[in-house]
Amino acid sequence: MIRIKEETADRWGYLGKKELLSSKPVLAVMVVMSMVAVAAFTVGLDGTFTGYRHVYAVTRQIPWGLLISGYIFCVVTSTGLCLVSSIGHVFGYEPYMPIAKRAVFLSIAFMLGGFSIIFFDVENPFRMPIYNVLSPNLTSNMWWMGTLYGLYLLALGIEYYFLLEQNHGMSRFSGLLGVLFGVAAHSNLGAVFGMLHGREFWYGPYMPIYFIVSAMMSGGAAIIFFTCIAAMINPDILNRRMERAIKAVCQLTIMLIAIIMFFTVWKIISGLVAPEKYIAIKAFITGPYALTFWIAEIGLGMVLPFILLIRSKGVHYKHMFVASAMMMIGIFFMRYNLVLAGQIVPVYHGLHVEEYSSLLKYFPSFHEIAVVVGGVFLAGILFLVGEKILNGHQFQKHEIVPPGAFICPGCGGIHYRKEGETDEEALQRHHRIRKFKG
Amino acid sequence: MKLDKIDLDNLQEEKSSLITGLERRTFLKMGLVISGVFAGGRILAVVSNVSEAFASTTDFVKKYPYKPHYSMVVRQGLCIDCERCMKACKETNEVPDYGYRTRIMKKVVTDAVGRQREFIPILCNHCNEPPCCRGCPTKATYKDKKNGIVMMDSKKCIGCKMCILACPYDARYFNEERHAIDKCNFCYDTRLSKGEKLTACANACPTGARMFGDISDPDNVVFKMVHQIEKQVWVLRPEAGSKPNVFYMKATRSSPWDLRRQADVR
Ligand code: SF4
Ligand code: SF4
Repeated sequence: MIRIKEETADRWGYLGKKELLSSKPVLAVMVVMSMVAVAAFTVGLDGTFTGYRHVYAVTRQIPWGLLISGYIFCVVTSTGLCLVSSIGHVFGYEPYMPIAKRAVFLSIAFMLGGFSIIFFDVENPFRMPIYNVLSPNLTSNMWWMGTLYGLYLLALGIEYYFLLEQNHGMSRFSGLLGVLFGVAAHSNLGAVFGMLHGREFWYGPYMPIYFIVSAMMSGGAAIIFFTCIAAMINPDILNRRMERAIKAVCQLTIMLIAIIMFFTVWKIISGLVAPEKYIAIKAFITGPYALTFWIAEIGLGMVLPFILLIRSKGVHYKHMFVASAMMMIGIFFMRYNLVLAGQIVPVYHGLHVEEYSSLLKYFPSFHEIAVVVGGVFLAGILFLVGEKILNGHQFQKHEIVPPGAFICPGCGGIHYRKEGETDEEALQRHHRIRKFKG
Repeated sequence: MKLDKIDLDNLQEEKSSLITGLERRTFLKMGLVISGVFAGGRILAVVSNVSEAFASTTDFVKKYPYKPHYSMVVRQGLCIDCERCMKACKETNEVPDYGYRTRIMKKVVTDAVGRQREFIPILCNHCNEPPCCRGCPTKATYKDKKNGIVMMDSKKCIGCKMCILACPYDARYFNEERHAIDKCNFCYDTRLSKGEKLTACANACPTGARMFGDISDPDNVVFKMVHQIEKQVWVLRPEAGSKPNVFYMKATRSSPWDLRRQADVR
C-alpha cells in the first residue's frame, strides 16, 4: 500500500481508507459490485483457458461481438469525459472547470474497464505488448489504436497527477496532450471500422467523425450521470460552481444529441440508396434489430433524454439523472448495433449463393455478457472508491490560503495575486481569460 | 425496379458499386441472355482486363510484381462439388473440423435455361493489395516478398481478428491449435516449398476446375487461360479494391486446354 504523507494527502484531498468504510450503503454497493466483477472476470478467465470458440458466440463471419461493443462503449465514455472536461480546464472556459477532476478520474477508470474487456477479446493478449513493439505495422489502424490509447492513458495519468497537485500549468499541458491523443486515438478507432473497404456499412470517412462527436455526447451523459450519483453519496459537492457546470454540460449534451440525431438520419437516408448497406440498414429499421435500434438506440439513447434534458433546464436533477442513465444504456446499444451492422451482411452476399444469402445471426453468450459486466463494474467500483477516498474530487475544503493568494472560484485551485491585482484579474490571468477592454 | 429502367446503351461500366442490388440482379440475368455468362463479380472480358483486375496501376499489366507470381484460375463451370479439394486441403494443411481454408459455394438459378446450378470454389485470393495485411497490427500476416503469397507468422498473431474483418472474401478463421489465424497459403509450407508444382486442391481436382500456376510466365497454363482474348475472366468483389490473384472464368468441356485434371508437371 502506498503511504501518502499527510501534507500531500491534504493537498490531494486524500481521505484514506477510513473514509471508504464510513458509509454502510456505499460500502455494501461496492462489495456487491466487486463480487460480481470478480466472478465475471473468473468467468472470462475460464473462457481464456477453455478457448474462445467454445464459450463466445462470435463466429468466423461475425468475429467481433459484444466484447468489442463493450470495449468501445468504455473507451468512448472515457474519451468523451476527457474531451468535455477539457473545455474547462484545458481550453479555459471557466464554467466547465469544476467537473475536471472527477471527469479525468472517471476517464482513467473507464479506460481501465475497456482494457480489461479487450484483454478477454484478444486471443493472445500476452503477445500484444510484445509484438506491438517488436513488429509494428504502421499502416494498421489496429496498431495505432493500441499505441494511441496507451499514450492517451499515460497522458491522463499525468494530467490527473498534476490536477491533484493543483499544478495548473502542468495539468493544462498534459491535459492538452490527453485531448490530442484522445482525439487521435478515438477517431482512429472509428477508422478501424471506416477503413475496411470490404465492409460497406462501415467504409468511409463518416465513421471517425461520428466516433468523435458521439464520444462527446456520451461524455456529457457520463458527467451528468456520475455527478448525480456523487451528489447522492456526498451532497456537499453540489455547490454553486458545480451546479453551474452541470447546467453548462447539460446544454452541451442537448446540442450533441441533436447532432447525433442528424447523423443518424443521414446515415439511414444515404444507406437506403447504397446497395449493400441497404440490407444492413433495413435489418435495423424493420428487421431483426429493429427493437434494439428504435427502442434502445433511438428511444433511450436520443429522443427521451433529449426531451428530458430540455425539460430539466439544467436544474432538475431527477430529470437529468434519469435522462443520463437512459443515455448510458442507449449508447451501449448504439455501439452494439454499430459493431454488428457491419458484419451481418455476409461478404459474398452479392454473389447470390445459397451459403451467404441470408443475414448472419449473433446473440451474445453468457461468457461475453459476464466479461462486459465485469469491465463496466470495474469502472463503476473505481468511481465509488474515488468518490470516497478523494473527498468527492473536491479541492481541499479547508485550505490554508497563503498570503497574497486566494481560492479560485473557477477551478478551486490556489492562485497568487500579483501586485495591485484584484481576485477577478488574477483569475483571468491564471486561466488566460481575456476580456475586451471596453 | 423494372428491366426497362436500365439503359444498356449508356451503361458505361459495370462497376458494381454504382448499381443497386436489384439492378445488379436484373443485370446479371440479362447478362445470361446476352452473353451466356453469369458472374458475381465484374466481368472482365478480354486480355486488357487483367489490368482492371489489378486496377489502377498500369505497371501490373506489363510486369507481374512477383516471380513466380502464383495465381489460380477457377473454371467455375467445371466444378462438380465433389469436395475433394476441401478434403485434400484439410489433410495436407491440418485444417481442423471447425474451420476451412477453401470451400465450395452453391448457386441455384431457377430461371436459367438448361443447367440451373453451379458451384463456386472460394479460397484466399492472395490479393495484390491485401486489406488483411494492411490491417494486421503486428505484421503477423504479410505478403511474401518473393512470390506474393499471403502468409502467416503464427507466433506474432495476437488474435485481434482484425484481418478476418478486413478480408473481403471470408478467407480466414482463428485456429485454436495454432493459436493464430489460419488461412490458405497456396500450400507453401506443405507443398510448394518442397518442390511440388500444384497446391493440394488443384492437384486433387478431378475436373480441372482449379488451375494453379505462375501467371508471370507466358508458357504457364494459368497465364494462357487468363490472357485468352475470347474468354471472359473476372474476379470476386472487385469493388473491394484488393486486386485478387484468383481469377474466375466459365469453362465447358469444349474449352481449350481440355485438361480434366491439371498435370503435376508442366
Ligand atoms: S483473400 Fe482475404 S486473406 Fe486472402 S489476401 Fe485477400 S484479404 Fe487477405
Ligand atoms: S488476428 Fe492475428 S493475423 Fe489477424 S490481424 Fe490480428 S494479429 Fe494480425
